[in-house]
Amino acid sequence: MMQITVNDKIHEIPEELLEKSLVHWLREDLSLTGTKIGCDIGVCGTCTILMDMQAVRSCKLKLKDALGKKLITIEGMQSQDGKLHPIQQAFIDCGAIQCGFCTPGMVLSAYALLHKNLAPSREQIRKAINANLCRCTGYQQIIDAVEQAASVMRAEKQVSR
Amino acid sequence: MNKVFRNDALAKVTGIAKYTDDYTMPGMLHAAPVYPNCASARILKIDAADALALPGVVAVFTAGDIPGTIKLGQIIKDYPTLAHKTVRSTGDVLALVVAESRELALKAASLVRVELEMRPALLDPEEALQENAPLINPEHGSNICNIHHVRTGDIQKGEEHSDLILEETFTTGRIEHAYMEPEAALCHLRPDGVMEVIGSMQHPFSTRRFVASTLGVKLCEVEVKTVPMGGGFGGKDDTAALVCARAALCAWLLKRPVKLTYSREMSMRESYKRHPYKMQYRMGLKNSGKIEFVKVRMVADGGAYCSVTPWVTWRSTVQCCGSYRVPNVHCDVFGVYTNNPFSGAMRGFGSPQVNFAIEQLIEMAGEKLGIDEVAMRRINMLKQDDTTITGQKLDTHVVSLSQAMDTVLKEINYEKKRKLCSFGNPIAEEWYGIGFAISYRGMSLGAEGVDFNSAIINVQPDGSVLIETGVHENGQGSETAMILIASEHLGIPKELIRYRLPSTSNIPDGGTTVASRGTLLGGGAVVKAAELLRKIIAEALEVPEIKLENSQVLDASGKLLMSWEEAIRLCFSKQIYPYAFGVFQAPRVSWDEETGQGNAYFTWVYACQAVELKMNPKTKKVTLLNMVAAHDVGKAINPELVKGQFYGGMAMGAGYALFEDLPVENGLVRPTNLHTYKLARAVDLPEMTAILIEHPDKQTPSGAKGVGEPTNEIMAPAIANAIYHATGIRYKDQPLRIK
Repeated sequence: MMQITVNDKIHEIPEELLEKSLVHWLREDLSLTGTKIGCDIGVCGTCTILMDMQAVRSCKLKLKDALGKKLITIEGMQSQDGKLHPIQQAFIDCGAIQCGFCTPGMVLSAYALLHKNLAPSREQIRKAINANLCRCTGYQQIIDAVEQAASVMRAEKQVSR
Repeated sequence: MNKVFRNDALAKVTGIAKYTDDYTMPGMLHAAPVYPNCASARILKIDAADALALPGVVAVFTAGDIPGTIKLGQIIKDYPTLAHKTVRSTGDVLALVVAESRELALKAASLVRVELEMRPALLDPEEALQENAPLINPEHGSNICNIHHVRTGDIQKGEEHSDLILEETFTTGRIEHAYMEPEAALCHLRPDGVMEVIGSMQHPFSTRRFVASTLGVKLCEVEVKTVPMGGGFGGKDDTAALVCARAALCAWLLKRPVKLTYSREMSMRESYKRHPYKMQYRMGLKNSGKIEFVKVRMVADGGAYCSVTPWVTWRSTVQCCGSYRVPNVHCDVFGVYTNNPFSGAMRGFGSPQVNFAIEQLIEMAGEKLGIDEVAMRRINMLKQDDTTITGQKLDTHVVSLSQAMDTVLKEINYEKKRKLCSFGNPIAEEWYGIGFAISYRGMSLGAEGVDFNSAIINVQPDGSVLIETGVHENGQGSETAMILIASEHLGIPKELIRYRLPSTSNIPDGGTTVASRGTLLGGGAVVKAAELLRKIIAEALEVPEIKLENSQVLDASGKLLMSWEEAIRLCFSKQIYPYAFGVFQAPRVSWDEETGQGNAYFTWVYACQAVELKMNPKTKKVTLLNMVAAHDVGKAINPELVKGQFYGGMAMGAGYALFEDLPVENGLVRPTNLHTYKLARAVDLPEMTAILIEHPDKQTPSGAKGVGEPTNEIMAPAIANAIYHATGIRYKDQPLRIK
């Protein structure tokens, strides 16, 4: 099945695109420019997206690697009604954003972590965002934000029970 | 729960924020640069036939195609936008290939054949200083780009009066800014004949100058607009303006939109770096610990082009003795041309190097004299009303250096923890060290240049407000700071205020957003504009004076006159427009280049940072445990964002000490991307504490001073001191190569 799902939308993938870089496809063909290119060799993390809820570097992948998978980019983080995801809200509220170029990748790495573990330690958060470089913040307020988001998400989970 | 305000946070956290490379235009072409394979050569021939033969390749341009001026620069115009006849560094751009796609442009760039007559490259600044050295920029007449001096007191007397004399040499390396977004520019010729530029750059006005000069057009024929920028740290001043000038050149010649997006490899090869320094200190002291004299010679490797080397080295000159009282000073600082990648502005701007040396030297001296490092600083540090080494009396603001030091030492419990340090204890399984450093820093440009900024407050008929300043949003949150200052001084909620999309066609050039001057200068201009606006409203209300508070207009005695909205409606009905243009001119400074004396900066900030670390005695792996900083910021406009500057500055300083190095081989930077240039990652850094010290400065209208750079100038020596306390070994070369 030659399909890739991006932010809940299914895309049919023609044969000739299989070797195309995933990040370039997202940015150029789908205009999802929230996914950034900082190094293009998979070490800076600004191109981080979720593939079946795993944080991956989209610059290291080709379309053929994503066939049949569900991708989430930063544009897919908000709910249908436009409400921010608690991680996004926490990034704003904690001052975790400066230049913003690492932010989409950071948010997605944080989401991959909180999907598995809603009560991470600060050390676990550090490890989860270790593939994402940030030159502005020293990571301090980003870690604060992920902690705060985890607490909000835990509370939401309680309510939904 | 925290709630931090930033006007661009929502856009940045949702991916809506569009950075330069995210934009595209109909008919847009892509450009790619061609680099030489050596650092010094004569250009014999550039043959583009093979590149042009590729279908989809539109043009290949060289220096001969530039209609205006080939060489650009902020101080000395020595940088060729496209190399002309001569190659001076491996980052020179020989040609630009323009094609229908970026992929094609990159492929074609590799097909451009360049014939060079290679020459020996001058890569060591000391060799470049030799009398018979070949000249890198013959027009300049010397490989010495600039020299600065300080001559204070009598160095001979200082020598005679000293009980202890130390001689030490410190070196620091070349540092990459490593902003997460590499340079990019998108230019198009508008129907009105204006070249419109968006780009990842931190000085739209120098970009406009560079573009206009390259195209040979007037300034009004170029408009540079601001879009979100993925970090600058000083590194997107002239080097990024050049990228914009190249894209504009292609767009001008082809009459089609052209985008030039740099790969990380291009960015690291070509962009300017932090200056590598060699600093030879000779310091004399009394047995009491009092510094008698400092004699210092510094050589900064400026690389192939001037950029802002004379300004960077000037700050090193003024601050060559750190934050200490020294009666006798003899300082010579050389900025030197070599065939290395050029050096320019980077967060700290000539102070991280000097502090790396002096903040270790003071402790080394103390140890020889049997005086502890805290006492050594107390004996020598600048206090209220003291005079700096350049003869400036510090009596216009609160000198909070001892307050900053005491605050940090208390917070980190220095006195107690200092006793736990290992000093290379051979039987310990783990070594522990704690260290700190202090600094003072002259604010803004000082005697580097004209220092002013302007702001427009344009009130709309419904009472909402558009503001704009000559300050650029580099990611630090400057637009937000301006909104908050306007909100305070207009007495209206911040939600009523929007920051207008900045453009070089809207407002005068307020200088570059560097030197930690954004909030200081731009904020000052907003306050001035708000003062003028109050006069305009008072005129409409026919009262001598008004106050603005809680969305109300009050008279001088505090009596309610009418609401903000009513007052604005009244202004419009009387055709007295609530539009104010405010200018803040920094107070006068002075400098004598011969003697190195003068009131170098109109105000100063003070700081202390400390660090705890542990080391594995076998592997020598350093683990940072804790970092604490206290900085006097004057007044914190947006405290959480100010703290963000602290954290980011400490992190960058830690990287400076431990990780970052950009060695050059045959003039080519060896690391090519972020896998071989190590930046601090989340697990490399400890928890950090940021302590704001606020003494609003009477000389600045908003009370705020600066914070961006001070936070990045002392963590490296603090770490070097901590490592000494852990190992018993002094590392005097940055990065610390711990053996």
